[in-house]
Amino acid sequence: MSLTPDDVKRIARLARIEISDAEAQATQAQLNSIFDLIATMQAVDTREVSPMAHAQEVYQRLRDDVATETDRHADFQAVAPAVENGLYLVPKVIE
Amino acid sequence: MPDTSLSALAAQLAGKQISSRELAQTYLDRIAALNPAINAFITVDAEKTLIEAAAADALIAAGQAGPLTGVPIAHKDIFCTEGWLTTCGSKMLHNFIAPYDAHVIQRFKAAGMPSLGKTNMDEFAMGSSNETSYYGAVKNPWNPAYVPGGSSGGAAACVAARMAPAATGTDTGGSIRQPAALCGITGLKPTYGLVSRYGMIAFASSLDQAGPMAPSADDCALLLNVMTGFDPKDSTSLEREKEDYTRDLDKPLTGLRVGLPREFFAEGLNNEVAAAVEAAVADLQKLGATTVEISLANSKLAIPVYYVLAPAEASSNLSRFDGVRYGYRAPEYTSLDDMYCKTRAQGFGAEVKRRIMIGAYVLSHGYYDAYYLQAQKIRRLIADDFGEAFKACDVILGPTAPGTAFKLGEKSDDPVEMYLNDLYTIPANLAGLPGMSLPCGFDSKGLPIGLQLVGNYFSEAKMLNVAHQYQRVTDWHSRQPEGLK
Repeated sequence: MSLTPDDVKRIARLARIEISDAEAQATQAQLNSIFDLIATMQAVDTREVSPMAHAQEVYQRLRDDVATETDRHADFQAVAPAVENGLYLVPKVIE
Repeated sequence: MPDTSLSALAAQLAGKQISSRELAQTYLDRIAALNPAINAFITVDAEKTLIEAAAADALIAAGQAGPLTGVPIAHKDIFCTEGWLTTCGSKMLHNFIAPYDAHVIQRFKAAGMPSLGKTNMDEFAMGSSNETSYYGAVKNPWNPAYVPGGSSGGAAACVAARMAPAATGTDTGGSIRQPAALCGITGLKPTYGLVSRYGMIAFASSLDQAGPMAPSADDCALLLNVMTGFDPKDSTSLEREKEDYTRDLDKPLTGLRVGLPREFFAEGLNNEVAAAVEAAVADLQKLGATTVEISLANSKLAIPVYYVLAPAEASSNLSRFDGVRYGYRAPEYTSLDDMYCKTRAQGFGAEVKRRIMIGAYVLSHGYYDAYYLQAQKIRRLIADDFGEAFKACDVILGPTAPGTAFKLGEKSDDPVEMYLNDLYTIPANLAGLPGMSLPCGFDSKGLPIGLQLVGNYFSEAKMLNVAHQYQRVTDWHSRQPEGLK
């Protein structure tokens, strides 16, 4: 498998990372060498193997549906780039 | 520096021979003197450290001290620490003052251990050399032309240079063990789930695990006693009885079965590393251990599997960095989408972007089965190899890394070459097993060599026992870099 610069730009778009043509060119070679490494997996017969998603067989714990946190929204919003009246400010999305 | 073992420091504090403030000041002075050349710390805040040390002194005076109260420690900058800049080595979080403490930080605070600062690391823990940090590379204290390893390179370097008696680290594919090896200290990655991940900035959630880094196994056992424990705020935290990890340190090794995986001694291993590890095996045999050859046949696939799974998880975890709620936001943009794309292009470094893109690709429509699912299946085969091996042995032993420290810049242009550094450490992460690295010699350039132990699930006390007994008859772990003593 070999990625083209257009593939790289499509992946960057999926990841919401702006990329220039020159960067896409440079990234292409590096991603291709990584995917060559990854491709060595394909030779393994895994038809009878169940996927392992996690290191431990654990189940999602449930807790009582009660509020356990205090309201600290002012502290948490103090580190935001733009806030007004308790709301995060972003560019307008609906005209 | 004189004896800085945690038990010695704790005894001096308990005996009122030194106060926590005096001890913290000694280390702060050493950081001020050495850190400009080593760059092991991103943030040092002497005022905050001394306030915490004064609180520890009050606990000691009131007779309320725990085993390590007053002993200072450095924290990897991946742990959210309330009121402290917490960058994760990234421009993306260059201005992030954490509004809460990670569970690990809470535990060290509750133990009365003052923080000496936040240590440098590869950006978002992605790297094996510390060169991907936005805050500049860390230098290896044994030779500043060489890397300290990564991603917990600042932690390893600050302990090796005795700028801190101990440090916290995290390990997703070897990020505690490989820098411990390259800097000549001891580091342990616990069984997955023993240490809470709450407030530890996520890289690959099914692999990330925090652990202790310090000169000796004895130190690591004491630190593990502080770090481990159930936390309801981490959905994968394990509910287990609290253990005392020092309990087996002094047991003899008679009858210990050490498994030597033939794949870890094959082509690609540096000769000097191989010789030092073999000498360590002979030392353990003198202590009563026997060896058995084992096979981890699928371990050669660990790197490709890891470079599917870890980026996949990272691409999801790092989607939270969008310039809205915290951290960096691009100064100029034309729309919300443009703000996301520019913020992430400017805020992330090259290696982080590469891994996010790999992850986005392997999870994308049409590729999921071929990459992500196939990697998860081979992950099972790798874990099963360990299960089989532990029928024949109590602990697995091999090199931590294929070589010793390499020169700054030597591998930074070739990601695949860099990834091969974690050949021997990644399998334990994939299986969720505990692994540790301890010093076992030096190469002809004077650079430290690391020995790796991998144990079965929850066998940390046994591994620490093996490491401690080895460290009783060797002095590799107590050597310090010339010129920094």
